[in-house]
Amino acid sequence: MNKVELVEFVKSIDKDLEIKEGKQYTEVTVPSSKLYSLAKQLREREEGKFDFLFCLSGVDYGQDLGVVYHLRSTIYNHVIVLKTRTSDREHPQLDSVADIWMTADFHEREVYDLLGIKFTNHPDLRRLFLDNSWGFPLRKDYVDDINIVTK
Amino acid sequence: MLLDIAANSISSLKEPWWKFIYDFSVLTEAIDKSLKGSMSPFWVTVTEMVIIGIVFLLFYAVIGLFLVYAERKVCAFIQNRLGPNRIGPYGIFQTIADLVKLLFKELIPIKNADNFLFNLAPYIVIIVNFMTIAAIPFGAGMLAIDFNIGIFYIMAVSSMSVVGVLLAGWSSNSKYSLIGAMRSGAQIVSYELSVGLALVTIVILAGSMQLSVIVESQRDGWFIFKGHISAVIAFVIYLIAGTAETNRGPFDLAEAESELTAGYHTEYSGIRFAFFYLAEYINMFVIASIAATLFLGGWMPFHVGNWEGFNRIMDFIPPIVWYFGKTFFVIWIMMLYKWTFPRLRIDQLLTLEWKYLLPINLVNVLIMALLVLMGWHF
Amino acid sequence: MEEQVKNPIVDEQEEYFINMGPQHPSTHGVLRLVVSLKGEIVKNVEPHIGYIHRGIEKMCESITYPQIIHLTDRMDYLSAHMNNEVVCLAVEKALEVEIPDRIKVIRTIMSELSRIQSHQLFWASYGMDMGGQTCFFYGLRDREMILDIFEETTGGRMIVSYNCPGGLMYDIHPNFQKRVKDFIKYFRKVLPEYDAILTGNVIFRERSLGIGTLSLEDAISFGVTGPSGRASGFSCDVRKHEPYSAYDRVKFNEVLYTEGDTYHRYLARVEEMRESMNIIDQLIDNIPEGPYAVKMKPVIKVPEGEYFQRVETARGELGMFLISDGNKNPYRVKFRSPNFSNLGVLNQITKDFKIADLVAIAGSLDFVIPDIDR
Repeated sequence: MNKVELVEFVKSIDKDLEIKEGKQYTEVTVPSSKLYSLAKQLREREEGKFDFLFCLSGVDYGQDLGVVYHLRSTIYNHVIVLKTRTSDREHPQLDSVADIWMTADFHEREVYDLLGIKFTNHPDLRRLFLDNSWGFPLRKDYVDDINIVTK
Repeated sequence: MLLDIAANSISSLKEPWWKFIYDFSVLTEAIDKSLKGSMSPFWVTVTEMVIIGIVFLLFYAVIGLFLVYAERKVCAFIQNRLGPNRIGPYGIFQTIADLVKLLFKELIPIKNADNFLFNLAPYIVIIVNFMTIAAIPFGAGMLAIDFNIGIFYIMAVSSMSVVGVLLAGWSSNSKYSLIGAMRSGAQIVSYELSVGLALVTIVILAGSMQLSVIVESQRDGWFIFKGHISAVIAFVIYLIAGTAETNRGPFDLAEAESELTAGYHTEYSGIRFAFFYLAEYINMFVIASIAATLFLGGWMPFHVGNWEGFNRIMDFIPPIVWYFGKTFFVIWIMMLYKWTFPRLRIDQLLTLEWKYLLPINLVNVLIMALLVLMGWHF
Repeated sequence: MEEQVKNPIVDEQEEYFINMGPQHPSTHGVLRLVVSLKGEIVKNVEPHIGYIHRGIEKMCESITYPQIIHLTDRMDYLSAHMNNEVVCLAVEKALEVEIPDRIKVIRTIMSELSRIQSHQLFWASYGMDMGGQTCFFYGLRDREMILDIFEETTGGRMIVSYNCPGGLMYDIHPNFQKRVKDFIKYFRKVLPEYDAILTGNVIFRERSLGIGTLSLEDAISFGVTGPSGRASGFSCDVRKHEPYSAYDRVKFNEVLYTEGDTYHRYLARVEEMRESMNIIDQLIDNIPEGPYAVKMKPVIKVPEGEYFQRVETARGELGMFLISDGNKNPYRVKFRSPNFSNLGVLNQITKDFKIADLVAIAGSLDFVIPDIDR
């Protein structure tokens, strides 16, 4: 599908979503409550068939914490980007998509480890690289006098 | 008094003295007679046993050193590099340097290990090897014990090495060692069968289990030529099963470095590790020498039927040179395919034995029996 | 710390677990695998990573774009050139800089040489893991020739740091073309030797045919790219789907098999070496003339926005997700590393095989641990 049809398809799933044309790919900003159902629809509907989650990145936007999902379809070869945010910095929670795309298992553990976002319904949410004596290093307000050298 | 004994034994030689190279029993009989002349029979026996024991210990050590060096050189040449070449000319003192290093290493005691068994295991493997070497003829008249059930004795005694391996793995109190020892135990016990049956094939051809008789009867041709098809099959099976017996070559998963970091002898250090290591090479030497004795003629030179002139030329080379030449040839073959093939998994290894080698072996025994009965051998 | 190690044993009576710890001859780096076994059968494999986590993504937020090149070198150090390329391509695409042909062709040739040397090391260490230790020496002997070529041109054998945004750091050495042509001629003669030692060997085939099969749906769902994914039939070669540098003007085949077992993952890499040599053959004779770098501003500031760039490294698809806010340091850099996704599939495909097969499977997936940990 080309970009126009893609926008139509996403609107047909849920017309309240904010869709933008980024420099490369179509970007959909979705509130965290609707993320899981949208992801499942994108995976399973015939026009979509987004079966390859090729990048799951956690981002600290300053005020909010968010996750960016890059999805591709191996059949139709189109790409869509899902973005979601949560403004709760103390106990951030998002839905896990690990049962839709198996690769999300490790990626979400990494996001939990480095940014602190907990994913509900994740099969095994533990820290991946670090242990509990570290905070969440990838956050913008992370302070570590010993290990980080600031000029 | 020792000088008297020496002078007596030399003067009692009937032939010119260098004939003992061709028939060692000349020398042994001479020493025996001169000892009997000066001591009571009991002390003669004791002295002879002590002399033989010392000779074998020295032999064991020298062969061990040489084999470790040879392995490293052969392995290096296959892998397109040089091997040890710094310590001594062409690196011949490398093994001695390694031995000295191992002697100085700390013997690390293992927590919660069964100390008695832990210390006993290396000695068992070495003692078993000694007992096996005692029965093999190195030259005409050059063997320690001449049983009339020589082959049976060898098979029985070499089976005891599995006890040493299992003890080592069990008493180390470590999961890795135990897995390695269990695998190794299963492997050795299975391949005993193939070794035994391959040797039985030759016993059928020779008609006797006594090793000196077997070697004598190869005077007009080695068994591998005499018992054509059947003996060649038995030789190949014996080589495969023999390397599996010694945990070498493609069958070395008991000590697979890339999987279990040294298997059943992981927890040994220093001189005890040196014993296991040495025992493996001597074991390989024993297997190769049995192969050489039974299939390739032992110390018998290469005779072809009725070619008198050719036979006399072959006779000129001393038997001990023949024996070591053949043994080292078989060892070289074993080293070649250790460094070429990947290793087999435990279940593939046991499948090979029970589903392929054993049936082929049984059929081969029947064929050999048929050959002997019908007189179709050379 | 209680959160760290979940008890991996499911059935207390029958199972026990062993630790293929961070230092192990077969795990190709510092990877800890907690394996729970029932006898010899593997029931569960749990990788513990983080031993070489250096915080590359966090570091990238405080350094400039040309400095990121030197960090990416050390992620998957066997495809160092391709790691550099992804950063350069992302920055050049964002700044909309036109890259001359000479740079594209040289980048492609160096990428393909990197791919060949990475697969040579895979072949060498895979043979050694299986027990044929001689393979290690043969593979490394030939790899030395490529490393010598790299050293002459870039100064570094494995960590090259040759790309920079805007082109290359220096021009190629005058001997480059001749040495590459000599190497290709030599290696084409030697590659059948590799086949003779391992590919046709019956012991090797017994140990890898039918072991660790990865189905196509699983490969896509777990995001397994590179030769491991292509051996299961997942057509994911970035060089074909989204050509970059000079890949749109060369003809080559994407190596695809459908069986997805260890043997075909191994075979895919050996075939890829041949394809890489074909690519180099098509390019080496006509390297166009031109500048070796485009003049860029001294301080590179990428305009605001989000950019995603993919390249095909020796192990799979490396992606760089760049969020920029207009400053000279990026706001957030995320590297989608191929080995990280490939690791997720290890537990799935090793279930109910033996522990010797675990070594074979982990070897065939060809991990480089610094890429997992970043």
